[in-house]
Amino acid sequence: MIDAPDLSLAALAPLLFVFGAACVGVLVEAFAPREVRHPVQVAVALVGTGGGLAATLVYAATHEWGDGAGDVTAAGALAVDKAGLFLQATVAGLSVLAVLLFAERGLDPARSAFVASAAVPAGSPRDREQLTATRVQTEVYPLALFAVGGMMVFVTANDLLIMFVALEVLSLPLYLISGLARRRRLLSQEAAVKYFLLGAFASAFFLYGLALVYGATGSIRLGEIRQSVAEDGGDVLVVLGLALLIVGLLFKASVAPFHSWTPDVYQGAPTPVTAFMAACTKVAAFGAILRLLYVAFGTEEWTWRPLVYGVAIVSMVVGAVLGLTQTDLKRMLAYSSIAHAGFLLTGVLGLGADGEGSGLAATMFYLLTYGLTTLGAFAVLTLVRDGDGEAGHLAQWAGLASRSPLTAAVMALFLLALAGIPLTAGFTGKFAVFRAAVEQGAWPLVLVAVLASAVAAFFYLRVIVLMYFSPPAADGPTVGVPGVPTTVVLAVTASATLALGILPGAVLDLAEQAARFVG
Amino acid sequence: MSDFPFLVAMIAVPALGAAVVAALPKGRELLARQLSLGVSLVVLVLTVLAAVAFDTGGERFQLTTSVAWIPDFGVDFALGVDGIALVMLLLIGLLVPLVIGASWEDGAPGADGVPAAATEGRSMRFFFAWLLLLEAMMVGVFAATDVFLFYVFFEAMLVPMYFLIGRFGGPRRQYAAVKFFLYSLVGGLIMLAAVIGLYVVSASELGEGTFAFDALRDLEIDPGVQKLLFLGFFVAFAIKAPLVPLHTWLPDSAAEAPIGGAVLLVGVLDKVGTFGFLRYCLPLFPDASRYFAPLVLVLAVVGVLYAALLAMGQSDMKRLVAYTSISHFGFIALGIFAFTTEAATGAVLYMVNHGIATGLLFLVVGMLIARGGSRQIGDYGGVAAQAPKLAAVFLVAGLASLALPGTNSFVSEFLVLIGSFPERPVHTIVATLGIILAALYILLMYQRTMHGPARGVVAPAGGDEPPEAGPAGGAGATAVLTAPSATAVRFRDLSRREIAVVTPLVVLVIVLGVQPQLLLDIIEPAVVATLDDLGATR
Repeated sequence: MIDAPDLSLAALAPLLFVFGAACVGVLVEAFAPREVRHPVQVAVALVGTGGGLAATLVYAATHEWGDGAGDVTAAGALAVDKAGLFLQATVAGLSVLAVLLFAERGLDPARSAFVASAAVPAGSPRDREQLTATRVQTEVYPLALFAVGGMMVFVTANDLLIMFVALEVLSLPLYLISGLARRRRLLSQEAAVKYFLLGAFASAFFLYGLALVYGATGSIRLGEIRQSVAEDGGDVLVVLGLALLIVGLLFKASVAPFHSWTPDVYQGAPTPVTAFMAACTKVAAFGAILRLLYVAFGTEEWTWRPLVYGVAIVSMVVGAVLGLTQTDLKRMLAYSSIAHAGFLLTGVLGLGADGEGSGLAATMFYLLTYGLTTLGAFAVLTLVRDGDGEAGHLAQWAGLASRSPLTAAVMALFLLALAGIPLTAGFTGKFAVFRAAVEQGAWPLVLVAVLASAVAAFFYLRVIVLMYFSPPAADGPTVGVPGVPTTVVLAVTASATLALGILPGAVLDLAEQAARFVG
Repeated sequence: MSDFPFLVAMIAVPALGAAVVAALPKGRELLARQLSLGVSLVVLVLTVLAAVAFDTGGERFQLTTSVAWIPDFGVDFALGVDGIALVMLLLIGLLVPLVIGASWEDGAPGADGVPAAATEGRSMRFFFAWLLLLEAMMVGVFAATDVFLFYVFFEAMLVPMYFLIGRFGGPRRQYAAVKFFLYSLVGGLIMLAAVIGLYVVSASELGEGTFAFDALRDLEIDPGVQKLLFLGFFVAFAIKAPLVPLHTWLPDSAAEAPIGGAVLLVGVLDKVGTFGFLRYCLPLFPDASRYFAPLVLVLAVVGVLYAALLAMGQSDMKRLVAYTSISHFGFIALGIFAFTTEAATGAVLYMVNHGIATGLLFLVVGMLIARGGSRQIGDYGGVAAQAPKLAAVFLVAGLASLALPGTNSFVSEFLVLIGSFPERPVHTIVATLGIILAALYILLMYQRTMHGPARGVVAPAGGDEPPEAGPAGGAGATAVLTAPSATAVRFRDLSRREIAVVTPLVVLVIVLGVQPQLLLDIIEPAVVATLDDLGATR
């Protein structure tokens, strides 16, 4: 007789929604006729992600929280706590927007950003044929849903093994969909292979770290690890295992020096996928980092603090300085994402010795603002096109403001937000993480961070200079008229970027209330 | 009457005005101008009413408004003015309509046949919209009594100015705009670190973090921490003010900015730096202020002389005026860090007077450039014979700049010097040399451009001999002005619009020269209060 594990269906509803939709998507792929497949898949994906968002919000609103931070369910494997729900909602919300970007059919003349048949060798006669055909394949939707589901498990995993499984569930689909670009396919495939190889490597690190920690503490549950570490103190195995675990996670979060895949993958992947990765993967990875460090190793603060401290500096400096030399917008935003990962780590350090501190709330808020802003920025990139797909080279953006003032204005808003100019969401987020870090005495780090921000501001500004102050290039790109999905994404992200800059009170409050891990 | 939220209105009116002007359909250029002028005049009226409602013998901060803004950070949307801020608001209220008037014909498809406004994306609507937005931000910076709010305006203010320089400026506008933005941003970000540090200190002392100026003023901060925080604020303000050696962005920005932008940049924006010294550095970090005062004073005096020498070497009129400003900012910093009531009062008065005098000088130089199409002094000569009124105003502006007795600047410069002398005699004596240099650079510029035979872009009266070449400076005009004329032109005298623009300033130069008490009464109580803060924790 095996006891049924305790399962709180309400707590699992968000995951069930997303994974259920993903499975339905697979079935649709197999059985729905070709003509209706795209609209059906989009609908399924939107219901899945939107339902996931709604389910988290409903659960968070109706659950009897009492004094606790949340429950551990699924036989101790998942911690559905306040912070976990906040992160799940963030992932689900951002993925709704990302799915909308996937669904855009008005911009590419071939009606989709994704290749019709990924198995056709790039450059072959059949490839040239399918370049112009308007046939689309829709496997990207269920794949993305699986990734979203993986991310949502990732941020609530209460157990290192579940965390590893979630890591793989979210990563494998991402490797695949990175290679699905309709144009510049070799670049895209190279990105996918690179991402896969390096990702597999990072997973191995994580797994090894897991094994070491298990060997040292005799458990894979975060809470039990914490107890064991607190009782026995951290021995060499724990420290080594912790380091390896962090490396695996930092890789996913594209933190320098584990970032080398980021520019290539961001550039090669189809832009909607890049947007999805930049926003959602970042949230998921940092969610897991926060949980691992705060819950399992919160008492071992002094073993990881110097490591995170140093990595944060490296990431900010590498991202900001190498960003300066980029001439491709997607690569530039990739380096920007590396720099922002450093800022996020600044927030992670805002954990106080007593387990208090505003670091968790600040980092979660930053993740939300950064996700929205970067998603919006990538959405703008999909609009500016030349004959060969998206016009990603900086020089092609010269004089964009005179060609399309609205597009330029929206892009300028996102860039100013990424640079952290007040009255945009980016500033509020930056202020929150810097404050959290200074409160814990990490002011030298904050000083480095503000200087890195200034350096990074230069490359954001350069784009604005090009768009607004340079004469338009003679054979410049055209600005596509976005369809409904992209318009919705731009409207939501731009207004959120402004709203979270001007009146962030309510959301900050929410993050503050949600900043509690169970265990 | 005094319950009316003047300060909120003075921010909201231009901000909304900017939105409306920017949203006007293409081609409604005239309406955009009229609307902008109207909005700026409304703000002027509000400012004057606010000044009337201000009680010089009353509380330190008046016309206060405070609403919780971001409770999680302990930030309030708190506004209020003391005498120092009030006179700066008056200056803003005055200069903005004049700047709009001066830019009225910029970019219009004018007589010279260059329909600059027709070039897409250069629409002057946006020029005026950015100008109004800048006005809203400037009012916010001076009116904020919450350090976080001050910081927000301080940084956000960069964006409109950045677009004003970058879109409507001279040939090297891209370079100048980016340089302006980055210099200010670096300073601002360092200040951000200090602002956060201040918050954390307040949290540990008061139990709950706050950004409210009044609460922060009462903190007893450890001297070591004070020094760090002081430096954070100081660097930002020293870049803004600008003090040598952090000044190199100003000549570029002021030279490339459109005239209207340059007037506000030098006249008001830079004053945020000196205002910041007085409002934040001195009261919040008294020990550190005293500790660093000798260093600041040396920088100030070096700035006075160094910038004056550089000004003499300039061939570009706008750069020359920019350097004279740096020299004057040295005087202001000297007055502030001498820590005497006379000197500090003089410094605040200097801030206003410099805005008036240099604003006038920039406007006149702009009018000259609009006619000649060149920024080079060497391209002009004998203008006075053809445009006597222009020359007369130029002379008034120049004399006000070099602080001739009877003009407004004299009073303030004199106050600064006699106020500083008892405390810092050596610095004061050395700084006095700057006055002599000021006479040199101003008068040389005046003499070369206005007198002598017609030269360069100025067509001789006879008009039969074509001049040898175009302006040496190439495309020297600000971009919104007419394209550089390759040929020399007869100089028109001031038009009625231009007279209307310069008259208020000329009148103020004289009135404040003989009757400075009007402003001193407002300024002095605030200065006394500020220096009290400095001494209170001695």
